[in-house]
Amino acid sequence: METTLQPVVQVQDLGIGYDDYVVMKDLNFSVNKGDIFIVMGVSGCGKSTLLKSMIGLKEPARGKVLFNTKSFWDEDEKGQKSIMRRFGVLYQSGALWSSLTVGENVALPLELYTKLSKEQIKEIVELKLSLVGMAEHKDSFTSGLSGGMCKRVSLARAIALDPDIIFFDEPSAGLDPINSRKLDDLILELRDGLGATIVIVTHELASIFAIGNNSVFLDDVSKSMIATGDPKALLANSKDPRVIQFLTRGKIDEQKDK
Amino acid sequence: MPQVDEKFEFDYSIPNTLLIKISGDWHISEGLLSESLVSAEFSSHPDIKQVNFSVSQDLKWDSGLIAFLLKLIKECTQKNIQVAREGLPPEAQKLLALALKVYEKTPSHPKSKESFFEECGGKVLQIGESMAHELNFLGDIAVSSFRLFTGRVFFRWDDFMLLIKRCGVDTLLLVSLISLLVGMILAFVASIQLKMFGAQIYIADIVGIAMVRVLAAVMTGIIVSGRIGASFAAELGMMQTNEEIDALKTLGVSPVEFLVLPRVLALVLMMPILTIYADLMAILGGFLISVWLFHLNPVEYLNHTQLAVKISYVWIGLIHSFVFGVIIAIAGCLRGMECDRSAAGVGEAATSAVVSAITGLVIATAIITFICQVLGV
Repeated sequence: METTLQPVVQVQDLGIGYDDYVVMKDLNFSVNKGDIFIVMGVSGCGKSTLLKSMIGLKEPARGKVLFNTKSFWDEDEKGQKSIMRRFGVLYQSGALWSSLTVGENVALPLELYTKLSKEQIKEIVELKLSLVGMAEHKDSFTSGLSGGMCKRVSLARAIALDPDIIFFDEPSAGLDPINSRKLDDLILELRDGLGATIVIVTHELASIFAIGNNSVFLDDVSKSMIATGDPKALLANSKDPRVIQFLTRGKIDEQKDK
Repeated sequence: MPQVDEKFEFDYSIPNTLLIKISGDWHISEGLLSESLVSAEFSSHPDIKQVNFSVSQDLKWDSGLIAFLLKLIKECTQKNIQVAREGLPPEAQKLLALALKVYEKTPSHPKSKESFFEECGGKVLQIGESMAHELNFLGDIAVSSFRLFTGRVFFRWDDFMLLIKRCGVDTLLLVSLISLLVGMILAFVASIQLKMFGAQIYIADIVGIAMVRVLAAVMTGIIVSGRIGASFAAELGMMQTNEEIDALKTLGVSPVEFLVLPRVLALVLMMPILTIYADLMAILGGFLISVWLFHLNPVEYLNHTQLAVKISYVWIGLIHSFVFGVIIAIAGCLRGMECDRSAAGVGEAATSAVVSAITGLVIATAIITFICQVLGV
């Protein structure tokens, strides 16, 4: 579980599109082990599409996504499954299965990918739900949960198999600042405890600066990345007005207007 | 003397203290260890007041170790035994702290644990509530219809025309196929008895009367229930799930006026037209079989059909289709509007809409047939 600086995800010359429409091109960046890596950019710039390519839901038009030197899209189905087995995903809406209880949602990956007995799965489910503070809701149906609770259950499901990498799509979306902050703290604690690498797609500045230590900035005009590195360092040192404008919530525009 | 197990070792060198030395592979894939081995130590050494840990260099772990430690810590707490977690890997300590953290309690909705009889009783009571709800819904539609005629409804005619197309034109192919085949099947079945008397020409009467009076309307009703009723329920159910219906309410627009009324009107308008079309297709089916296979005279067949099918039968068929249109549209819209806000809820709404519509269809057919019998039509 010890942390070493080594790239666990490498995006090389990646291009993504729908038919003839180019969403993103020329993406090159690495996510190191133990990073909390932020994919940021304005709404509609292609953050979620990039995430889909990274988690195996959308085949890129060109380039590679390497997981520990294995190219996901060059692997056969078995190889892709074994890579996917090593990462967890928290979707924007939580994406909990509404026909299952909270406990059953977390148990499903364990039933699919481990040979544990029902009792043992129950123990692990309780542990994972305890980690996110939802153990007492294990028999509840997801329809009765608040947005923040759904996110926490979804996180418990994402970490059910002790993943090496956890992907988050807009984790703060729909949450109040207090719950958003609690979720950020939880992400930090889980990163430290599980020794996992975290990739977060977000445009919430508070979260970006609170937990991110590495990032890529996507630009909707050039349809490519225009900056990479620690978000705080980008704020301090970047000369690109688009990056500064984003990281200062458009203060550059305000100054110009004055 | 230290006691050795496969993955842990017990050491009692410090008085009243159990030192657990953890080693080996504790990954989930290796299976979970029971805490009973350690519990046995507590029983055999009742003087234990504290548990310490130490880990070896070869320790490999994930949630398997944490799950084991969590159970052990809970047992120690029950037995008033102190647990010192300092000897564990720092990451494991963090996870344990997180797992043992007390979160604020929020009311939960646990699974219902009612007995079979309680559930049955509940279901019976629900029937009354459900009927009241359905009557309310019917009332809303009636009021909205009245408001439509007085021009006080926010009614989008473009949407209405699209619904007309969906209920009518888009269903035509399926109605053609099914009606043609039903007409053919009826001709075949009728011929079994009639050819024994050399009275195959009466196939025209049987096909004509049966289809025009009731069967064409029933077959069209069943097709439309599956195709349109289910789609109404799923569509409105999805809108309920996405809070689109709430958005309408907050705008001050009645969902019944905006969503239900156009659907009910479109279907009520299209059902009679589809039924007339189904009548013609079924008669064509009977005609084709009779002329090609039983070599009946085409002109004689058409004359017989014309004589047998009275205009009152056409009206009875149209009344059926009108009633069916109302039933299917209301069943679809009602199930959609009361749909649970989940994916499963949308599926249930669609299924329930089809079941309710077909059940309603059969009951309505029985009632109309009985009334026609009493009136001697």
